Amino acid sequence: MDLEETKLPGVGLRHDFTTARGRRIGVISTRGGERELLVYSQDDPDACHAVIDLDGDEAEVLAELLGQPRVIERLARLREQIEGLATEGIYLEDTSPYVGKTLGDAAIRSRTGASVVALVRAGEVVPSPAPSQEFATGDKIVVVGTQEGVRATAELLQNG
Amino acid sequence: MEQVHTAALLIELGAVIFGLGLVGRLAGRLGISPVPLYLLAGLAFGAGGVVPLNAPEEFLEAASQVGVVMLLLLLGLEYSAGDLLGNLRRQAPVGVLDLLLNGLPGAAFGLLLGFGPVGALAMFGITAVSSSGIVAKVLSDLGRLGNRETPSVLGILVLEDLGMAVYLPVLTAVLAASGVWEATGSVLIALACLAVALVVALRWGAVVSRFVSGGSGEVTLLRVLGLALLVAGVAEQLHVSAAVGAFLLGISLSNDLPPEAHHRLEPLRDLFAAVFFVSFGLATNPSTLPPVLVPALGLVVVGVATKLVTGWVAARRAGIAVPGRVRAGAALIPRGEFSIVIAGLATAAGVDARLAALAAAYVLVMAVLGPVLARFADPWARAWVRRRRERAATTAR
Repeated sequence: MDLEETKLPGVGLRHDFTTARGRRIGVISTRGGERELLVYSQDDPDACHAVIDLDGDEAEVLAELLGQPRVIERLARLREQIEGLATEGIYLEDTSPYVGKTLGDAAIRSRTGASVVALVRAGEVVPSPAPSQEFATGDKIVVVGTQEGVRATAELLQNG
Repeated sequence: MEQVHTAALLIELGAVIFGLGLVGRLAGRLGISPVPLYLLAGLAFGAGGVVPLNAPEEFLEAASQVGVVMLLLLLGLEYSAGDLLGNLRRQAPVGVLDLLLNGLPGAAFGLLLGFGPVGALAMFGITAVSSSGIVAKVLSDLGRLGNRETPSVLGILVLEDLGMAVYLPVLTAVLAASGVWEATGSVLIALACLAVALVVALRWGAVVSRFVSGGSGEVTLLRVLGLALLVAGVAEQLHVSAAVGAFLLGISLSNDLPPEAHHRLEPLRDLFAAVFFVSFGLATNPSTLPPVLVPALGLVVVGVATKLVTGWVAARRAGIAVPGRVRAGAALIPRGEFSIVIAGLATAAGVDARLAALAAAYVLVMAVLGPVLARFADPWARAWVRRRRERAATTAR
């Protein structure tokens, strides 16, 4: 993919490229921070079919939307690369015997061979939680291990 | 007595500015540049107009000088010295073609009408330069900023502005001088000053910026404006013309001035530039217009054709197809603020009064007709592409 950069004196910068399917798209970055999304015409490759003005915030949101699925895609690919390794987020239900207990109490690694790599509580991530980390209802416990190890951990957390 | 004068000044000034606001709104509704309407308003109120004004004349004159300085300062702020030189290197042949092709017919008309060599030099500039302000606005209004011919169009505007930085001091020097030798001497002095100023702008832009940077928006505004007027005044003293001084200052500040300074300066420019156009109209007697109408229309026809050629050549060099070449040419047609600045300089120096009338009529037509023709280029280009495709389809069969 060739990204072309063109200076527009007095306006800003224009970046554009042609997609694999032959459509040309581009973005103008003005000095004031506004962005214009350009979709070139198929009939007249020098002209724009559509020009969409975006202010700074809108441009940021659009960029995120365009970028996010790619990040997820890459993560998924990364997971596939390490064969035989399973990752899962296990929700702790209120029937679990480990509500209010600590990660150390559950002794997950010694009993299943899988590791707890993170804990997600109310949208907040606790990476590599310490053995003293307490569990609460609704926690998402992110576990990495073999297929069986991960399954055993889910079983353990649910039934003890 | 004094009080009566103040009251009259405020009332007439208020009426003029409020009237401009109304006229500007009308221009917005019609989708045209307000410049021709400001000129018309000036013509209507000036000497020999419907309602002659007299009280605020001095004030308007001073304000219109500030208007020229502001117009050129902000124009300079748009470009960094790097932009200018980069464009010069890439597009110099087109720039030269543009100025000669569009300027020479004007000069020829000037000679034919008997304005003399100095008047012809002024006419050269009046017909040569497109209005950067109107062209840039037309391109963004028509959604053409992303088009691939647009960099060529903007490049030509940059080169014209740079060309004017050389042309204006030469014109001012020639206008001020009385004999051939004196004229040559002042032109040389003016060009030397220009060279020094350009070097300062290129090399020591950061030093100049240090005079104005730092502090709140308000004090930055005062320092930029003050420095601009100072530099413009000194330039005027040296016969380099205030406009060029402000333009060069703008270039040297362009890299380091915070963006909010632009936002603070723009309303000032809008106000004073509007006053400048009105006072040009005020100084022109409408009764001088009819006799120059025929030559003005002749210039319009030639001016449209030569800009179309310029745009065609510039776009073809950039590898643009036929529709884009026509769009580029049509976009360049509008003439405006620069032509009026030049005509203002020439009339102030006592060149034939018909020149101001001719310039006013020319800009009135060009500033209205230009954007209209630019808009027509789009449906035309679409039709061209369609015809071309149909023809290709029939030959394929």
